Amino acid sequence: MERYRILPHAADGKFRSFGRTLEEAFANAALAAASFMWDWRKIDPARSIAVEIAGRDLEQLLYRFLEEIIYVFETRRFVLAAVEGLTIEPAAEGPRLRAVLRGGEIGPETAFHGEVKAVTYNEMKIGEDCGGWTVQAVLDL
Amino acid sequence: MELKRIDDETWEIPRQGGMRVPARLYASHKLLKAVQGDQTLLQARNVACLPGIRRMSYVMPDAHQGYGFPIGGVAAFDLDEGVISPGGVGYDIACGVRLLRTDFTAADITARRTELLAEIFKDVPAGVGKSGVTRLSPGALREILAKGAEGAVENGFGTAGDLDRTEEQGRMRDADPAGVSPRALERGIPQLGTLGAGNHFLEIQKIDRILDPVAARAFGLEGEGQVLVMIHCGSRGLGHQVASDYIQAMENELGTDGLPDRELVAAPFRSSLGQRYYRAMCAAVNYAFANRQMIAHAVREAFAKVLGGAAGMRLVYDVCHNVAKLESHEIDGSPVRLCVHRKGATRSFGPARREIPDAYRTVGQPVIIPGSMGTASYILAGTDTAEALSFSSTAHGAGRVMSRHEAIRRFRGERIRDDLAARGIELRATSWKGVAEEASEAYKDVDEVVRVSDAVGLGRLVARVVPIGVMKG
Repeated sequence: MERYRILPHAADGKFRSFGRTLEEAFANAALAAASFMWDWRKIDPARSIAVEIAGRDLEQLLYRFLEEIIYVFETRRFVLAAVEGLTIEPAAEGPRLRAVLRGGEIGPETAFHGEVKAVTYNEMKIGEDCGGWTVQAVLDL
Repeated sequence: MELKRIDDETWEIPRQGGMRVPARLYASHKLLKAVQGDQTLLQARNVACLPGIRRMSYVMPDAHQGYGFPIGGVAAFDLDEGVISPGGVGYDIACGVRLLRTDFTAADITARRTELLAEIFKDVPAGVGKSGVTRLSPGALREILAKGAEGAVENGFGTAGDLDRTEEQGRMRDADPAGVSPRALERGIPQLGTLGAGNHFLEIQKIDRILDPVAARAFGLEGEGQVLVMIHCGSRGLGHQVASDYIQAMENELGTDGLPDRELVAAPFRSSLGQRYYRAMCAAVNYAFANRQMIAHAVREAFAKVLGGAAGMRLVYDVCHNVAKLESHEIDGSPVRLCVHRKGATRSFGPARREIPDAYRTVGQPVIIPGSMGTASYILAGTDTAEALSFSSTAHGAGRVMSRHEAIRRFRGERIRDDLAARGIELRATSWKGVAEEASEAYKDVDEVVRVSDAVGLGRLVARVVPIGVMKG
């Protein structure tokens, strides 16, 4: 199954990610976001960071989850390679996400090809169709 | 969408549906076409629906689709009845441009240009994942957030004279560092004094043509061939996080029902949340002022080191093009204090405004409009006519028309470097892919953007400048 697709956008970084489940589509969205900055396939996943994120709804949960990728990159020099064990559970105050981010530390060999400044809500869509889930978002580059 | 022609370069969306005021666009037929190809006009109409908006929702000639507000959008809100919106400022709070003049001519530096660019490249950290030269303590960062460029000067980066030629004297006095989250501080600490990546750049330029000799002289721009330095960057991760934190806080407190776009979320300006965002945003503006101050200082040191002196290297001006400011403007014949949001738009104060430096009070403030990589940039002067046209605002750059993905597919960074070299422009970059993304073909024609600005009266053309050395993150 295709993990994600980069879509045309004049100024920013638009993508659509796919999954058999909502969780898989979220995990692939993180890889799509990382792909705007580095090639996640070339990163050795030597480190792990466990994350737990709450949102008021699925959109805010996605926004915060993708922002976490930027946050750990900028403050802990962590470059994402994979997302493991991602779960999304409903709670009274909104959905809650848990996952383990696997990746490496920025090194002299890490090749960057862009910077994601922020996640945006512009054209954000999270939906279920024909037996799968699709997530769409635009990143401020 | 109904678009009424006012004249060849002025277009209006009349009030309809939930719009409280009309929307107005300044564009030639050519620029209008680009704007009609995306969501810009729909976004300008959404902005016109926000509470307390005054006069009109304005769109500048270089506008393109943003999130919530369009990029190139200007909207002013009443302080009592109106709102403040993080989406109306943008993620890169106080992204802006700083211009330095020098006593050098292009001929003076040609022989040392490679060395000079290499020295700047060494001293100014640029590119993705690069940290600043000095790592701040959280206390030192909070001082920068409170004092802006003034704080940087107190710590030895530049001189007090620089502050006189920075908008707000380089310090937003309403800043409250306490409203900046620990996450934002964490992102801000390693990045102070860094250029960043994407469309941010540092250019060594020369004056190509002086178009208004009187204003040019007031700005310290003396003649063709004179060397200038232009720095384009913003508040880095700290500003992005402040925007994100307050968009979410507003969603959580005020809800998202009825918002056509979630980044239109806005809090009443006088509310506690509105005030907290405003003061945290001011702190992020201060970070950006300090950031550009430190980079300018490093550039001056590099010039001194390589060329044996940096005499005459002083600021022309430092402008923000993503910001919300409290300004007095005329509403129904009387002056009213408003919260003016400029997202991808530059303030364009004319001679009548007291806020601008004394040296510019006869000609208007310098407005700095960078072009795309390898193309011309322009210096304009603010006009008094812009007050009635756009709350004293004009364009901020060329504006993208082609996606980065498409640009990477079509262009090669190394090839662009060679093409620029053939035109006498030296390019240094951290990523060739990043260079391809910024190919000038991916942008609108900046000449057309400034021509419309000048023709409409948003800003008066003063000088055309061209790059001789380009540094990309």
